[in-house]
Amino acid sequence: MRDTDLSVELCGIRLRTPFVLAAGVLGTTAALLERVARRGAGAVTAKSCSVRPRRGHPNPTVLPWEGGLINAVGLANPGAAAMVGILADARRRLAPLGVPLIASVFAEEAGGFGEVVRILEEAEPDLYEVNISCPNVAEELGMPFAADPVQAARATAAVRAATRRPVIVKLSPNVADICAVGRAVVDAGADALAAINTLGPGMLIDIRARTPVLANRMGGLSGPAVRPVAVRCVYELSRAVPVPIIGMGGVTTGEDAVEMIMAGATAVGVGSAFYQRGMGALEAMAAEMRAFMQEQGFGCVSEMRGLAHGA
Amino acid sequence: MAPSVHLTGRVVRVEPAGHRGVTIVSDVPLSARPGQFVMLWVPRMDEKPFSLVADSPLTLAVVPVGPVTGRLQRLQPGDPLYVRGPLGRGFSLDGKRPLLVAGGSGAAPLAFLASRLAETGREVTVALGARSADELLLVERYQAAGARLWITTEDGSAGERGLVVSVAERLLANGGCDRVYACGPVPMLERVAALCRLYGVPGEASYEAYMRCGIGVCGSCDRGDGLLVCRDGPVFGL
Ligand SMILES: Cc1cc2nc3c(=O)[nH]c(=O)nc-3n(C[C@H](O)[C@H](O)[C@H](O)COP(=O)(O)OP(=O)(O)OC[C@H]3O[C@@H](n4cnc5c(N)ncnc54)[C@H](O)[C@@H]3O)c2cc1C
Ligand SMILES: Cc1cc2nc3c(=O)[nH]c(=O)nc-3n(C[C@H](O)[C@H](O)[C@H](O)COP(=O)(O)O)c2cc1C
Ligand code: FES
Repeated sequence: MRDTDLSVELCGIRLRTPFVLAAGVLGTTAALLERVARRGAGAVTAKSCSVRPRRGHPNPTVLPWEGGLINAVGLANPGAAAMVGILADARRRLAPLGVPLIASVFAEEAGGFGEVVRILEEAEPDLYEVNISCPNVAEELGMPFAADPVQAARATAAVRAATRRPVIVKLSPNVADICAVGRAVVDAGADALAAINTLGPGMLIDIRARTPVLANRMGGLSGPAVRPVAVRCVYELSRAVPVPIIGMGGVTTGEDAVEMIMAGATAVGVGSAFYQRGMGALEAMAAEMRAFMQEQGFGCVSEMRGLAHGA
Repeated sequence: MAPSVHLTGRVVRVEPAGHRGVTIVSDVPLSARPGQFVMLWVPRMDEKPFSLVADSPLTLAVVPVGPVTGRLQRLQPGDPLYVRGPLGRGFSLDGKRPLLVAGGSGAAPLAFLASRLAETGREVTVALGARSADELLLVERYQAAGARLWITTEDGSAGERGLVVSVAERLLANGGCDRVYACGPVPMLERVAALCRLYGVPGEASYEAYMRCGIGVCGSCDRGDGLLVCRDGPVFGL
């Protein structure tokens, strides 16, 4: 039997496994980023960060429901200056593990994306991810940039101008034509795409309390319920743009991850699965993926990429 | 599946807990281990973690420190209650001759543990401390569980004057305890951990942290070492 190699290459950087810790899940501290890296991640993404600190929404902010999770954390973060310390500490811890660090950034207006990246440069993250797609703060921040190809390209260009490191732009599924946005940000200098951010927004109402359960009333959906939407987005994007894609949304098992890769993803983001499967989620998924590859005779991950598109 | 994230029930009884806190007895049926907690939702306000004082029916002890805990003081019998849980990892029930060390609102989860351990025939010793008599919680519950109870207050207004850790040290020095269970402020837990090492007795403690999700996703409750209080804990080995 051939050895199965789970490593992949993303923007010229080797990842030990295709699994990338999704932004906003467990990535709040250097110790947590290290813990996830030790438990099977190929790369880890820190919590999205803005120039100034944000308290986020009051609780409840994250709730489990039968399809996965719904959240409106409201992009709570300690601000870029404090994030420099967290990222620098995380880098020191990750370096010996060979796990690259992705810094996720967002801003209130397009120019702000450049400002936050300029501050974070001091921490020397391996890659940036530009979060133009959080649906939970629309009331405060206006429509997410991901809804409009022109705005999305502006935010991307601002980051592109502020760093030479690889730039990933994270797209929203909540748009009429995700490929139009994908093309616009690639034209503006994105080296890779991540898709998808949370779906919706959605709402859950407690019928006895007679009120929405999330304090923000609405929030983004993630987990198994969104997987088919995510797979479709990755499939379409991989035909529309020539850059690598981190496919995410509901990936819970190693076979779900294979599905993303066959849709065209280069790496696979994992967030909500940590709720269902705990800290061992990525190790379990790696074992499942390896078993599938052995069963089907694949030696490395790239052999599976895009297979669903046919010859 | 019911379109409901929270379990719903009603307040059955509200009893004073110390001079400022309340013990809330509800009709929510729950099956939990001592040390587990619930996220208690006050609709249109907030959702916060609280340890269980008893599981079936769900009982909580709440000390007022801010908006949510303040609101909970004013609950009346018949008011609805919304909880998510039980969550987290509770205490082991391994102590044959357990010593429980409770400081302040740390009395809540240990009261549950005391009755669970007593139910299975264990002789339970409790060192219960607070700043003053009016901040002592759940004394009656420890008495009802038949625990050997040692009370301390920092100002001497009830029981012995001093720190609960000093009593714990004396009890450990006397020997006879094979496991320590603690809950209280972090400095207290650190001193209890040192005592456990000194006397070679295994210990477990319930920690607190600021929480959002309560289910190991958001990363708000890192204890400082990458361990999540909501999911890896709130009970950790000392
Ligand atoms: C696992 C767990 C179990 C708990 N069990 C109980 C319990 O049985 N009974 C009980 O009364 N409380 C308990 N707490 C603490 C309780 O959750 C907080 O008191 C509550 O969230 C405060 O909400 P608030 O809106 O009233 O005040 P807030 O405005 O949120 O807080 C008021 C003040 O208290 C401080 N504070 C808030 N939470 C904590 C905390 N966890 N530790 C230290 N300081 C804090 C804040 O910084 C602020 O200064 C528990 C906490 C955890 C994590
Ligand atoms: C609690 C929570 C917080 C999140 N916070 C962020 C964030 O700060 N930035 C971001 O780009 N995406 C955020 N996301 C979206 C995830 O990174 C991911 O795109 C989405 O959840 C789909 O993947 P999943 O189904 O594996 O969770 C968050 C998701 C969850 C569940
Ligand atoms: S409160 Fe969200 S991870 Fe613990």
